[in-house]
Amino acid sequence: MCTGIVETAEVSGSGKGPRGWFKLEQVNVSYDHPSDAPLENALNIDFVNQREGPGARVAVELSPESARKLVKAILTALSQTVTAVSEASDRT
Amino acid sequence: MHQYTTDMYEGMLAETVMVQGYKGDAINAYFARPLGPGPFPGVVLIPHMPGWDEWYRETTRKFAHHGYLSLSPNIYFRFGHGSPDDVAAKARGSGGVADDSAVGDAEGCLRLLKSLALSNKKVGVFGTCSSGRQAFLSACRLKGFDAAVDCWGGRVVMSKEELTPQRPVSPIEYTKDLSCPLLGLFGEEDENPNPQQVQLLEQELKKYGKKYEFHMYPKAGHGFFYYDRPGYRQEQAVDGWKKLFAFLEEYLGTAT
Repeated sequence: MCTGIVETAEVSGSGKGPRGWFKLEQVNVSYDHPSDAPLENALNIDFVNQREGPGARVAVELSPESARKLVKAILTALSQTVTAVSEASDRT
Repeated sequence: MHQYTTDMYEGMLAETVMVQGYKGDAINAYFARPLGPGPFPGVVLIPHMPGWDEWYRETTRKFAHHGYLSLSPNIYFRFGHGSPDDVAAKARGSGGVADDSAVGDAEGCLRLLKSLALSNKKVGVFGTCSSGRQAFLSACRLKGFDAAVDCWGGRVVMSKEELTPQRPVSPIEYTKDLSCPLLGLFGEEDENPNPQQVQLLEQELKKYGKKYEFHMYPKAGHGFFYYDRPGYRQEQAVDGWKKLFAFLEEYLGTAT
């Protein structure tokens, strides 16, 4: 915890870790030293289930630019989903 | 500085042990020590934010090679067990290791090292990155350390907005209580701590007449000892290690 920049949110869904799929409960997003990415600081995303122990984690370490691309891609995909859902609602 | 010659006998024991940490909790620790009757000086190595990891175990053995009883507590013990990065990530997501807890674990290690028959009763504390900060905190909040080494400890100077329940006081506020000489190794290109923050700490140390030695390395940023990270700087790291062992020898002595 060198920078102390951490945001957390409750999430629902599934993640695949080294022991297979597990239920996700929380996502921790930090900007701090990564474990593996060759960067001094990275945008680290940990999808976790705290009740299943430290190993219940799906981790990514991204450059800030990559993280922004990810956010954009997620929002773009979600906006299409929302359009698709509302179009489906309109047809019913 | 440990003068190694090829005709010397050298032996070391390195193993995981249990120590009493914060609130008397039994936590595991990595203990490396030279073989022989001693007496030896001791060093507590508080692990950094990437976890109680391989680099810290290697560094613990490095200190033992240089003649120190070297003890590195698993300050992440209370977050469970798994790979060091998973455990450290769990700690990070939970707000990090509380300052009280890290200082309490350092105190347990200090007591253990001083109690050993092998000890020369001089013990230092060492940390890098987040644990450089915790080493400084421990040297301020505890009595008994004889030397402290803060390598690029970030957030020794904290704004009010940065304070959290786990880290409720900016460490610089404790400077007046620093109980032993302090060595600080920093990089000019570091953003955390940046040179201005290091200067603030230096001013505070001067204000209270504390014994300290700071080295600010050009063309180095954060973590320039870490040979496995892009921030490694060979020349600065080699010089930093030399300065570090000279400092410890001055205040902790050497194996007899």
